[in-house]
Amino acid sequence: MKNNRRTFIKLAGIAAAGLAVAPKAMASGSAAPVKTNPEAVHAEHWAMVIDTTKLHTEEEIAELAGICHSIHNVPNIEGKKEVKWLWADEYGHTFPEQENPHLSEEVHHRSFPLLCNHCENPPCVRVCPTKATYKRPDGIVAMDYHRCIGCRYCMAGCPYGSRSFNWGEPRLHMDLAKLNPEFPTRMRGVVEKCNFCVERLAVGKMPACVEASHGAIVFGDLSDPDSDVRKVLREKFTIRRKPTAGTEPSVYYII
Amino acid sequence: MLELALKGSKRYWMWISFLLVLIGIGSLAYVNQLMVGLETTGMGRDVSWGFYISQFTYLVGLAASGVMIVLPNYFHNYKKNKHMVIFGEFMAIAACIMCMLFIAVDVGQPTRMLNVMLHPTPNSILFWDMTVLVGYLVLNLLVGWTCLMADRANLPHPKWLKPFIYTSIIWAFSIHTVTAFLYQGLPGRHYWLTAILAARFLASAFCSGPAILLLVLKITERFTTFQMPKDAVKTLVKIIMYAMCVNMFFFMLEIFTSFYSNMPGHMNPILYLFAGEHGHNELVPYMWTFIVLAFLSIAFLVTPQLRENHKLLPWTLVILVIATWLDKGLGLVIGGFTPTPFETITTYWPTGKELLVSMMVYAIGALVVTVLFKIATDVKEEMGHSQALPCGCSSEDVCECAPEGE
Repeated sequence: MKNNRRTFIKLAGIAAAGLAVAPKAMASGSAAPVKTNPEAVHAEHWAMVIDTTKLHTEEEIAELAGICHSIHNVPNIEGKKEVKWLWADEYGHTFPEQENPHLSEEVHHRSFPLLCNHCENPPCVRVCPTKATYKRPDGIVAMDYHRCIGCRYCMAGCPYGSRSFNWGEPRLHMDLAKLNPEFPTRMRGVVEKCNFCVERLAVGKMPACVEASHGAIVFGDLSDPDSDVRKVLREKFTIRRKPTAGTEPSVYYII
Repeated sequence: MLELALKGSKRYWMWISFLLVLIGIGSLAYVNQLMVGLETTGMGRDVSWGFYISQFTYLVGLAASGVMIVLPNYFHNYKKNKHMVIFGEFMAIAACIMCMLFIAVDVGQPTRMLNVMLHPTPNSILFWDMTVLVGYLVLNLLVGWTCLMADRANLPHPKWLKPFIYTSIIWAFSIHTVTAFLYQGLPGRHYWLTAILAARFLASAFCSGPAILLLVLKITERFTTFQMPKDAVKTLVKIIMYAMCVNMFFFMLEIFTSFYSNMPGHMNPILYLFAGEHGHNELVPYMWTFIVLAFLSIAFLVTPQLRENHKLLPWTLVILVIATWLDKGLGLVIGGFTPTPFETITTYWPTGKELLVSMMVYAIGALVVTVLFKIATDVKEEMGHSQALPCGCSSEDVCECAPEGE
């Protein structure tokens, strides 16, 4: 018995020493073993300009949405429980505060591509109780699907209706033979949305919709005065959705 | 003291078993929801909060309302209701538990709920809501239980408890304010984006909560020897009356601001709720029922003869509870989501399974109330506090049949 007590005290001592050292030992990983892809593209503030004079039919937008949804394994669900990252809607729904009864017929009948606006002041980030939605230093509003508890506060917070929730098991609504193995599928009970293709930027590619848009969507660094995005913004008249919400969207529309 | 809950009449055990059956049935629906996800509910991409969150919102009001008995007792030295304080506190405990359960059944990944504490995020009002709810629950458990223990031992309430009691009074206001902040800080939801929302929440809580408490105590009176002192009831009913008047006044302020300013964003949700938009008028009958019942209850409450009519009073309170529930429990959450950010209308209606899960939570709340009230009334009986007299008075009343009546 005596022996036992002695061993216990010894072990407890070692364990206590371990506990004291462990955090330091773990924190020494400041030089993380993760290497950035040398081909990755970087920006201080990613932004997108959509030229709706070039891209405005429902078919064209559906094609882009198809590409986006297939590479991100977005489930195909009909009805009010749908999940969507990129979709089309009419002028009045896209810019509800900027409509007038005598709007040009042509603009009125255009379809407008909608996606997450990657706002500078994102309300979804402000309200998220677990930091599952966060803003990256490059301005992209990203989601950690493993952190999300599914409270859907971000959906109430988003003034643009850009977020979807997985009400049921999303994998039941996917063609499993056509899954993109390079992007994770989601589980039920978490929120998801457009991520400006962070996974493609990390390997030096442009977002999928930008690539497939035949030049109708320009993507680049908003803080670089010489970028393509800034060049277009300088030359063309552009608007953003719901300016009164004060969210400063990073998606601009040429009308 | 918990042992008091284990000894009861046959009727008491029948009621407990009945609640357990309800909880059992409801939990089957909840297990189903856990297996397949929230797709069992009627919510969707546009109306992403529904019945669960609206029940939570309404019940936070019930939790906060106990303070309308506690506050006069401690801040105004109004001692006529001192034997009712414990019921306000115990009701708050049950309400807090129901609130937390309604949040728990609403999240998509309940196993990750602790993330809210593991990754505290002070910029999220939900974090603060959790903090104030847990805090209020702990405060009421501490204060309620300690006071009742002291009563039972025939001792004065301990002095060290005072700071906790005063904190709990302030805290009661905070829980409903924070719940309102949950809604009123969102830029895209016009129906919620109004500075008066927190004030409206408090006004509505301070009429509906005491009304529910009075109704539950009326039922308690029928099954136990407990009897509310007449003057205490009178005062509480007056508080309910003023709070309901203020509640409706605040509502009219909203109407004025929206329609005189003529701003579409502010008018649309109200138009949808009260007149219907784009051919959708599902909520119109409910919202007008709210208006009619609200003013009916005010009419009954402000007329002294009707207010003091004890036969009518329970009905007045029921009318008031229905009215405030339609306003805050139904219209508020749905009106916030409709029209959608695209100015379109998506309708929402809870599914049967959603209602079963809600029934489970309410039954758990009723169980907690039953057990706590059983303990409290047993202690009161032991001590001879607020006991029913043959003439219908309470032993606290100055009444002819009272033993020391003058």
